[in-house]
Amino acid sequence: MVPVSYYVVLSAVLFGLGIIGFLFKRNIITMFMSIELMLNAVNLAFIAFSSVLGNLAGQVYVFFVIVVAAAEAAVGLAIVILIARNRKTLNVERVNLLKL
Amino acid sequence: MTAVLFFLLAAVAVAAAVSLILQREPIHSALSLIVVMAALAGLYLLLGAEFISAVQIIVYAGAIMVLFIFVIMLLNAGVEERTQFSRMARYIGLPLAFVLGAGLVYWITRWTMGTASAASMGSVTRPLAMMLFQDYVFPFELTSILILIAIVGAVVLARREDERQ
Repeated sequence: MVPVSYYVVLSAVLFGLGIIGFLFKRNIITMFMSIELMLNAVNLAFIAFSSVLGNLAGQVYVFFVIVVAAAEAAVGLAIVILIARNRKTLNVERVNLLKL
Repeated sequence: MTAVLFFLLAAVAVAAAVSLILQREPIHSALSLIVVMAALAGLYLLLGAEFISAVQIIVYAGAIMVLFIFVIMLLNAGVEERTQFSRMARYIGLPLAFVLGAGLVYWITRWTMGTASAASMGSVTRPLAMMLFQDYVFPFELTSILILIAIVGAVVLARREDERQ
């Protein structure tokens, strides 16, 4: 059997990679995908603890996280389309005005 | 057997996550993220969460990533420009990041004990549904309002400018 700490370490590694992607990528869509990667890492920690504690509440929370991620992706990608249409670029360094 | 599968899936997930960062085409990053999600779905199966595993494949890898790829192709997103790092980030930041990561791994392995038991819970979908529709029925109903707001918001935001009047 695999100790739960392995799952938590994997979750931490994936979360760290998500942070690195969010900080270093310049494309707004890729930054958004890094956020999704961080959400997935948190979900893995939730399910690992849910499994080791024998408590299903963790899986219910993961369900809600997935729902919120879906809503976030819909609204976020609409904002990305709006930025791309108005600023003609996806590079976040060129999106430097407070108005769209 | 479980350990072998865990390390295999973990290696796939980490490699695909690194590939997400290193790829320069957004579409390649998106495909890497789908691989991460598939590997995580396998890990959820190992942990005995078969319902969440199916939801992960259907909603995350299916719906959300299709939305991402749709937008990438719609906007014709090309190769992104690289930014250069400062020298301080390379010589101070990287070692500090490694120290932080090693410390994190050390403390996690010291604090969290016990083994994740997949088989002990049996089929988990029925108790999960009971929990979702009894204890968590109010948050569940709230998410329907959230999704409705998200749909309206996405439609309003992505509408063309000349249709506004």
